[in-house]
Amino acid sequence: MERNEILKQVNAIFVDILDNEGLVLNDTTTANDVEDWDSLTHIHLVVAIEKHFGIRFTSQEIQSWNNIGELVDCIASK
Amino acid sequence: MKTFSQLKKNLKQDFKGLKKIKVAVLGDTATQFLVQSLRATGYDFGCDLSIWEADFNQIERQIFDTQSELYEFQPEVVVIFQSTHKLLGIYNKSKMENHAVLAQQRLMEIEEMCNALNSNLNTKIIYYNYPEINDSVFGNFANKIQSSFLFQLRKLNFELMQFATRQANFYLCDISTIQNYLGKASTFQTSVYINTEMVLSIDTLPVVAKYTMDIIATIQGQFKKCVILDLDNTTWGGIIGDDGLENIQIGSLGIGKAFTEFQYWIKKLKNRGIIIAVCSKNTESVACEPFDKHPDMVLRMDDIAVFIANWENKADNIRQIQSILNIGFDSMVFLDDNPFERNMVRENIPDITVPELPTDPADYLEYLYTLNLFETVSFSNEDLERTKLYQVQAQRTVLQQKFTNEEDFLKSLNMLSLVESFNKFNIPRVAQLSQRSNQFNLRTVRYTEGDIELISNSDNFYTFAFTLEDKFGDNGLICVIILKEENKDALFIDTWFMSCRVLKRGMEHFVLNTISDFAKKKGFHKLIGEYLPTAKNEMVMNHYLNLGFEQEDKNWILNTDTYENKKCYINKK
Repeated sequence: MERNEILKQVNAIFVDILDNEGLVLNDTTTANDVEDWDSLTHIHLVVAIEKHFGIRFTSQEIQSWNNIGELVDCIASK
Repeated sequence: MKTFSQLKKNLKQDFKGLKKIKVAVLGDTATQFLVQSLRATGYDFGCDLSIWEADFNQIERQIFDTQSELYEFQPEVVVIFQSTHKLLGIYNKSKMENHAVLAQQRLMEIEEMCNALNSNLNTKIIYYNYPEINDSVFGNFANKIQSSFLFQLRKLNFELMQFATRQANFYLCDISTIQNYLGKASTFQTSVYINTEMVLSIDTLPVVAKYTMDIIATIQGQFKKCVILDLDNTTWGGIIGDDGLENIQIGSLGIGKAFTEFQYWIKKLKNRGIIIAVCSKNTESVACEPFDKHPDMVLRMDDIAVFIANWENKADNIRQIQSILNIGFDSMVFLDDNPFERNMVRENIPDITVPELPTDPADYLEYLYTLNLFETVSFSNEDLERTKLYQVQAQRTVLQQKFTNEEDFLKSLNMLSLVESFNKFNIPRVAQLSQRSNQFNLRTVRYTEGDIELISNSDNFYTFAFTLEDKFGDNGLICVIILKEENKDALFIDTWFMSCRVLKRGMEHFVLNTISDFAKKKGFHKLIGEYLPTAKNEMVMNHYLNLGFEQEDKNWILNTDTYENKKCYINKK
């Protein structure tokens, strides 16, 4: 799947789970930029992404991303 | 069932007007998502849970410190979630010689916690049991050795059940069962555990919240009392009208086995007090035939409280069943294999529960097991007799139609009532009726067995339990009054509820005559009544007005000195 397409789908998952219609993500977005994206919500987002793409992240991967770009790269590598 | 994401959207709904319940949640792992799930699930149950969540791993501090926030909050329900993972951690760290007493130690701790809670709060305790972890240190041999973790874990779950049988206000929430049917691979997700200290996977949260809410709702008097069965392809395989008695599928062969097992399940429900009704599109005589003649039928006519088979639409028939049984639609479950009938009933009777039965009858039971439809917090001898009581009620309805004059009808019943204060024989039934009565209930204050015992031992309260029997049979204990001494002049009617089985029999008059008489003899001059409206007790809105009480602010007053006994056809036994 194209990186752009992955980003688009990840964006849709964030919008749904954070219940934030106007949210637009890009490669440099971090947790600090997004309201309500705390460590617990993070795991909720991760599980939703896993389910959506039919993949599993390792425990280390989940803590390793510094921004959305790295998350998208990780999905693309699966 | 809703996913966690879907559930979370409930949190933005308007909770105004829903029943408020104060719940405390204490866990030894991260419980934030569980708390969100509980509140959101509560919304779907019509409850506004106000939840106080203990800080992480504060169970003992909160419970044993009587000055803690827990006691300041005064919860009606306390949920305690001690995880298997943390228990395993304790096992890992403890000395070898202590391994064999792990379960015993944990049980003692739980007992001490319950004692502390019970002496400082009037609360119900919901305790999560332990989903299994097999650490595989001993292999299968773990089953043969006391000190293995698996041995201790299973012992603990079993001993918890034993403990629950002795502890009236202690309820186990069986999350071990949830792991059994969903599988550990889906109830526990390692990455979630490692990153958040949560032992429940995101997908499991709604299920655990639902199981917890099932208990809370039942404590509040909201639970299922009746199951209504379709016949063709639900109770047996095939269509009796087309296939005939010999060819319907039931018994020990092929798909017949699924229907037989389904019937055994229904029979067990009946034996534990669930009312069974039939609603079938069939000619009545044809529909009855298997119940009377088929050798493999498990269910028989005397298992069925109300039997309706005709060609009218099912929503109307279910309304008729409801009017005979006199219970709320929200306490009924309708089982039908036909999606059209299911939708029709759902649309016309929104409150009834209509499970989406799987297309393959072989899957019915496994599916129904997972729904946990029939939660209860009590079980008494009365439950065994319920079907008979409702069958007799149907006979009375027939007799009443023969009398044009209601007085003549009531006289012909030869009614007798036994009036007693609470005692060790009637307390379980009094408590049960306190949970079950919704419609004829003036204040809807729910009392458990423990509460009732306290009241019956108190000098401030006077208690009355009424039975009613007539020529058709004994209805058992059907009405309860608790009077509270307000001052030396007046008695407050703290509790007045009655089973709807005995409506329109003059029982209200008999009860009022009895308590007015009692008040006079004890030197009181006034009875004070109060009506607290709920979604279900509109029936008794004008109860005190109709009985001649006079309104004074929110209260209703009866002067017992000038009260004249009301006419009624019930005699004291």
